[in-house]
Amino acid sequence: MVESLVKEYTGKLPVKLLGELKDKLTAQKINKTRAKKIFETTLQEYLDAQVAPGEAVGIIAAESIGEPGTQMTLNTFHFAGVSEMNVTTGLPRIIEVFDGRKNIATPMMDVYLKAPYNKGKDIRKLALLIKQSTLQDIIKEVNTDLMNGKIEVEILSAKLDDHGLAQAQLKKILEKGLKGVNVKIDGSLITLAPSSKESNLNDLYKLKEKLKKIHMSGLKGVTHVLPVKRDEEFVIMTAGSKLKEVLELEFVDETRTVSNDIYEIAENLGIEAARTAVMNEVFKVINAQGLTIDERHIVLVADMMCVTGGIKGITRYGIVSEKASVLARASFETPIKHLISAALTGEEDYLNSVVENVMINQPIPTGTGMPKLSTK
Amino acid sequence: MSEVFLNSQHVGETDNWQSFIQAIKDERRKNNVTNNVNVYYDKPLDTVYIENTKWRARRPLIVVKDGKPLFDEILKKQVEKNELSWDDLLKQGVIEYLDAAEEENALVAFLEEELTPEHTHLEITPLGLVGITTALLPYGNFSHGVRLLQGSKNQKQALGFYAANYSVRMDMDVNLLVNAQKPIVNTLMHELSDYDKHPSGQNIIVAVLSYKGYNMEDAIVINKGSIERGLGRSFYYRPNSAEELRYAGGLTDEIGLPDKDVKGYRSEEDYKFLEDDGIVYPEARVKEGDVVIGKTSPPRFLSSMDDYNLMTNFRRESSINISHGDGGTVDFVLLTENEEGNKLLHVKMREERTPEIGDKFISRYGQKGVIGLIVPHSDMPFSTNGITPDLLFSPHGIPSRMTMNHLIELVAGKTGAMAGRYINGTTFDAEPEKELRQELLGLGFRENGTETLYNGQTGQQLEAKIFIGSMYYLKLKHMVANRIHSRARGPIQLLTRQPTEGRAKEGGLRLGEMEKDTFVAHGTSLLLKERFDSDKATVPVCETCGLIGVYNEFKKKSFCPVCGDNSEISNIDMSYAFKLILDEFKSLGILPKIVLKDKY
Repeated sequence: MVESLVKEYTGKLPVKLLGELKDKLTAQKINKTRAKKIFETTLQEYLDAQVAPGEAVGIIAAESIGEPGTQMTLNTFHFAGVSEMNVTTGLPRIIEVFDGRKNIATPMMDVYLKAPYNKGKDIRKLALLIKQSTLQDIIKEVNTDLMNGKIEVEILSAKLDDHGLAQAQLKKILEKGLKGVNVKIDGSLITLAPSSKESNLNDLYKLKEKLKKIHMSGLKGVTHVLPVKRDEEFVIMTAGSKLKEVLELEFVDETRTVSNDIYEIAENLGIEAARTAVMNEVFKVINAQGLTIDERHIVLVADMMCVTGGIKGITRYGIVSEKASVLARASFETPIKHLISAALTGEEDYLNSVVENVMINQPIPTGTGMPKLSTK
Repeated sequence: MSEVFLNSQHVGETDNWQSFIQAIKDERRKNNVTNNVNVYYDKPLDTVYIENTKWRARRPLIVVKDGKPLFDEILKKQVEKNELSWDDLLKQGVIEYLDAAEEENALVAFLEEELTPEHTHLEITPLGLVGITTALLPYGNFSHGVRLLQGSKNQKQALGFYAANYSVRMDMDVNLLVNAQKPIVNTLMHELSDYDKHPSGQNIIVAVLSYKGYNMEDAIVINKGSIERGLGRSFYYRPNSAEELRYAGGLTDEIGLPDKDVKGYRSEEDYKFLEDDGIVYPEARVKEGDVVIGKTSPPRFLSSMDDYNLMTNFRRESSINISHGDGGTVDFVLLTENEEGNKLLHVKMREERTPEIGDKFISRYGQKGVIGLIVPHSDMPFSTNGITPDLLFSPHGIPSRMTMNHLIELVAGKTGAMAGRYINGTTFDAEPEKELRQELLGLGFRENGTETLYNGQTGQQLEAKIFIGSMYYLKLKHMVANRIHSRARGPIQLLTRQPTEGRAKEGGLRLGEMEKDTFVAHGTSLLLKERFDSDKATVPVCETCGLIGVYNEFKKKSFCPVCGDNSEISNIDMSYAFKLILDEFKSLGILPKIVLKDKY
């Protein structure tokens, strides 16, 4: 009985609502006329909840986000204990997200871990595997032997273990990073000697500087790691985002790990994920400020940014450049540029959007300006 | 070994800086070296700095020796008898000036009771903590610092008796308070600054009481009877001036009654206040648009042909008239000469201002408010003695601001008024509140300053005892009469044909970009169009080429300058601003064509 009603209302009601109705009504014993009435009322409610034609949803979204935006405080958030590690929040972050910036001020990741690893055992080691490390991190002392044209580096063996590297591996890394240098490892002592005979003092100093910066382990670009306990499990927060590389690590839970870099998400997980990321990032800021904005306003903005399949910011290079009207584009930043290029291609403006009609002082085609009179 | 610098120049070293510095100080106090010298020992650098240059801010302090100030009882008596002057004390080394650096080495006691053997100096008066204007606030040590600051700032904006020779001065834009009084609760600074010679407020009866919500959010309710008796009444003076400018070719402006044949002659009615010399007579009651100084200027372009052809030397009318919204009585006329020897004329205007709704008043403690309601005397609450308050102050202004001195003045003012004496409210040195309360009790009042009040309209006794007393209130120079502005129709700008901006130009209030958005958000399309109709224009557009045509007033017909007389022209409604931007496009080398289509 309910089945047939569901069939009847398919297409009229959204799938989610139909499923809910089906579940609830089958659980209860209800006669057909009553069930039908429930379906009919639901449909009416659904139609009433829809936005009326001609409602200026864009302006309402803009005002609904813009007005609370004026009350925002706190531009950055600092982590206790870790100097330098801070996150852009507040208005600057919202602007960053809505502008669709490629290089964001503070890229970050929340790296979730799979079951055995997220209990907190060896969490520091796992974190170190993600963090970019250079040879400098394990150096104890560097001696330059000018007489023999050699450099002796004393390392901390314990730290080498922390990075999950054996001496043989380290040797390989060094040989790869320093071409034309003989590497000899003896316990915690590394001896580096340039193989060419005509090496001079200058080269030795250059070598000394270079070896400190040799990338040893971890992901390049992830400058800080911070294991934190979230609910019952441990999560690694990072400064610097390398989503693709991090997802490839076997201990990382790839279903929950997120970055705050929208572009990186779009590249690796697709545009739908990026759209959700835009919404989440904006919500994060709004909730942190203790403000309330209806999610549909932000959904609308996120949809506008992602509807083309790529990320387009709310800027003159982004979605504003897609506007059909020359006058509308010219009224938003760099008018002369838009006018000249429109003149060169002989563009036409059909004057059928809001901004143009305000300019020429004609009724705007929203709200009461929508209906037209037609006579036979 | 400590290095020694004199005026930032290295001059030597010393083994024992303590005795070295002490020697300098001793000589200074004995007046053997100039008292302009200051010494400072920098411990981390182990360096002695001696300074005797000018432009160092210095302040006087009483010298303390072994925990005793050198300014003792004997000296005090001599000073009181005028036997000793400030300079004498300075010469005797009782008082010395310290600069900012030497203060670093000094330990200064704020009060005499706080003195210990370690102290080197004593403040001359604790009042030195605050500046001159802040010292004018009674009981300053009973209030929040921020409020004191606001109180002293606002005091500077108060109307008062600013100069005794005001009647012969030509001041621009000044106010004069009628019946300015000396405050009952005063401070030492009132005495020092001869405040009674230039007071700027009035002692009025204030009740802390709400009145039908008309004094919420810092508003105040004022007794109409008090206003009629002169409370807050002031005069506003403003000059109108004219100068006989000289132009090339020996031509000059002429102040005088303009001839009827001058260019731009107004109606005779407009010149009715002018006497034969072209100047308004004193005590004339003028309104906006009336001419106060008649003036004519030589023709603007001498070379212009038609001026020669018509022979007569047409002079231009350039009289000074009362600007929009102004008016008043002519106070006096000043005829003089300026630096260039040109004839200069000032007409001083006077306008009487009685307090009206929106005028700003303030007590001396940053408790400012605007008038929210003016109540007839008969409707004001009254006390058993028949006292009606002049002003009702909302109790909600007190808790969050914590201006305790506002409350203390109410009691002090009441005591002073009833006892017939002035109350000393000097910060840190005031008459104690406790004694004032005791005195008030002796005068037959409740010691906490409250009284039984009766509703002025019903005669019913108010349940609560109302805190009522005398306070010194100030009228501030921000008055509605200077700000009030409205417009229905009015002047427009020449270029854009949009309404002018600003009160002086009788302008409109701009409905800006964001306000526009609210109309769009509400979907009130036609209301938005109507709002922006202020620069509505009907423009002839050529149907052939899409350019804007020209209307020929003689033929009563429009034509297109490009396509000629016979092209079809349609009259299109648009904002003049849009017509302007189309013109601007053309100046950019862009050809904007309007393609017309039938709407239906």
